Amino acid sequence: MLSRIAESLFWIGRYVERADGTARILDVHLERLNQMPRPVQRDVSRQLLGVMGSRPESDDFGLPELIEALAFDRSSATSIAGALGAARENARRARETVSGSVWEGLNTTWYGLTQHRKDVVGTYRFCHWVIERTAMVRGLSDTTMSHDESWQFLVLGRSLERADMTARMLSTRDVHASGLSWVNMLRCAGAYESFLRTRRASFGEQHAAQFLLLDRLFPRSIVYALSDAEKCLANLNPAYQRVGFINDASRIVGQARTFLEFHQTDDLMLELPEHMERVQKACARASDAVSRTYFSQAAELSWVGEVS
Amino acid sequence: MSELFEDYATVARRTVAYDEMFDGANQPRAEYGPVAAALEELNLTDVTARADSMARTFLDRGVTFDFAGEERPFPLDIVPRVIAGSDWDVLERGVAQRVHALEAFLNDVYDRMTVVSDGVIPRRLITSSAHFHREVAGFDPAGGVRVHISGIDVVRDDEGTFRVLEDNVRVPSGVSYVLENRRAMAKGLPEAFGQQHIRPVEEYPRRLLAALRNTAPPGVEDPTVVVLTPGVFNSAYFEHTLLAGLMGVELVEGRDLICRGNRVYMRTTAGEQRVDVIYKRIDDEFLDPLQFRADSVLGCPGIVNAARAGMVTIANAVGNGVADDKLVYTYVPDLIRYYLNEEPIIANVDTFRLEEPQAREEVLDRLDELVVKPVDGSGGKGLVIGPDASAAELAALRGRILADPRGWIAQPVLQLSTVPTMSGGQFGPRHVDLRPFAVNDGENVWVLPGGLTRVAMKEGSLIVNSSQGGGSKDTWVVDGQSDSTPVLPDEARLRERVSVWPVETGWRDRQPEQQQQQSDDGKGQADA
Repeated sequence: MLSRIAESLFWIGRYVERADGTARILDVHLERLNQMPRPVQRDVSRQLLGVMGSRPESDDFGLPELIEALAFDRSSATSIAGALGAARENARRARETVSGSVWEGLNTTWYGLTQHRKDVVGTYRFCHWVIERTAMVRGLSDTTMSHDESWQFLVLGRSLERADMTARMLSTRDVHASGLSWVNMLRCAGAYESFLRTRRASFGEQHAAQFLLLDRLFPRSIVYALSDAEKCLANLNPAYQRVGFINDASRIVGQARTFLEFHQTDDLMLELPEHMERVQKACARASDAVSRTYFSQAAELSWVGEVS
Repeated sequence: MSELFEDYATVARRTVAYDEMFDGANQPRAEYGPVAAALEELNLTDVTARADSMARTFLDRGVTFDFAGEERPFPLDIVPRVIAGSDWDVLERGVAQRVHALEAFLNDVYDRMTVVSDGVIPRRLITSSAHFHREVAGFDPAGGVRVHISGIDVVRDDEGTFRVLEDNVRVPSGVSYVLENRRAMAKGLPEAFGQQHIRPVEEYPRRLLAALRNTAPPGVEDPTVVVLTPGVFNSAYFEHTLLAGLMGVELVEGRDLICRGNRVYMRTTAGEQRVDVIYKRIDDEFLDPLQFRADSVLGCPGIVNAARAGMVTIANAVGNGVADDKLVYTYVPDLIRYYLNEEPIIANVDTFRLEEPQAREEVLDRLDELVVKPVDGSGGKGLVIGPDASAAELAALRGRILADPRGWIAQPVLQLSTVPTMSGGQFGPRHVDLRPFAVNDGENVWVLPGGLTRVAMKEGSLIVNSSQGGGSKDTWVVDGQSDSTPVLPDEARLRERVSVWPVETGWRDRQPEQQQQQSDDGKGQADA
């Protein structure tokens, strides 16, 4: 397939997952933020924006500004609206490759972005709507596209972004003075029920963090998402090798996952920030490596003249 | 008739145009019978709800055109435009005839120009056409076809006779709306579909792909076809994606292509892949910076050389624009006689050649009653309708004509035929044109039944271009009314069951046993 299209698909996967993750994070934190006194609220808002990877433009940054920056700001790829807009734009460019229903799903979602009230209550509804729409797009892409190269790129982008988003979710617990309750953290990832059923009696934040970080069967856990990405990379480049990896992305993702899986610790909570930072870095580096391998085009257009 | 048609006859009488739905006695014509019956049942609320839902579907599916950087749905009217099968058969032959003649003309123009030496058309007329490209003279395109896809615009005059308004053999667009309109109409006006046979349009992409593959460079076993688009900002981008998608081929931009050794490749995730046929949707001038505009980044350097070497087929061929020059258009009836030895099946619209002094004089006297068009324009650009123009506009036009008589033609103001169209809560007569699409695979010219009907949304307006507020109608070619449901042949209904699975001994006998087993299991679970 065309490199340009592959890149579009990779980014559709990333942006849709980013919108989903951001909606989940925003939803849970809005609930907490609302109950805080103004000055704390402003403080936490700023930090939260920092965790999501951007910086407030002015000093006057409170809850309404946070909502604008994370939910409705179309000009920034960090916000839900921005990510969905970018996903739609990429799908428009790859429209003959994605299935009609995926394109339509993204297109109607994009048109629906303006149909929401931008206050706190409206934002709750908006977040839920986004979670629903992105789930629909994921479902449609899984069931209406051939699981060939094009789909692998889509899932690769999705998995890398998912690992990154879960890492950010875990990082956000530090922005609250009292810490985000582990129940909320699990709810954020939609993992609450799964966790309860798996762990039965063993409650506590240590276990919750472990679940989101290391569980091998829960799809939004970091280890699961990273191994999904590894599988995609292997499918994209099936050449069997006896020794090592020639593919940079495979190496980066594999290293990150195995480190987490084989690492032993007494106090996971203490190390959590470092782990999260490393996971986010690995995702960014893997994304770059994928771009270099599959998407980069010789920038200069040169004509090779010849005698015929 | 329904309340929605209350004022129709009164409004229709204000113009001399031929109305396609109602005859002089205000009765629906035979071919419109089922449509009239379906519309009869609807009231304003129904029609509005259906129109809204059709517009919504178009927006969701992204059936849009780009207008001033904004995506707009292409307005589709709920009343289809119906053409009787017998009328269409003539039109179809006429379009195919024209395509054959233009194909022969182009081959000649870029070869020995016998048409000039035989005195049919002046040489200066060809060489002064803005789209005559010397760069592609002197070689036969790989596959031997130049006009793979064409759109021959026709209109009906006040007698109802079809006439050719212009030829489009460069990059005719609009076929995607034909395909989408039919899908939308099946949901918007389902009542009218049942009682008649409407010739289907969905085979277009298959025909197109077959034609493109058929004209691949010789010796290529399984040709790779691509659609070359200028990119997402082009007004017809939707059409490019739709056609590439329906044909199942890659949609490439210039930067995806690379030429090496007179071969064209595309950059894929698995390295470079050879391209054999390019369905070109960009203008010639932007195709190859080595031959044409050096500042173009939409094309790919070297592509014309590859075509010259016969290593790649470009559809439509470069340089076709000379054949749809509006001044050459006036010679097409002669070209048909010259190349095919036939009489033209569809007549031209009477046209003044402004470079002839006598015609020019007459036109300049009657500027306020004629339509004046630039010879190389498209999309209604630069066109001046005399009766609607102000004195200042006419004076400016006069100056431009005198400065460049070769650049203009003039035609009488043609009252295009009208079809009922929803507007302001009423059906009113609106002017329409028609663009049938023809696909030439080198052996046959196939004409898509129907084509794109564009409609001017304002009463009395003759401008149907989408960029100037025009809409479209689904175009139905109908073959009589079918009263009875088609009877399936007996053997189709009674298909014998043939088993291909290996016979499991006694599986029939064990079925009751298994069912028993399952219901026992069910009970067991309920108990636990």
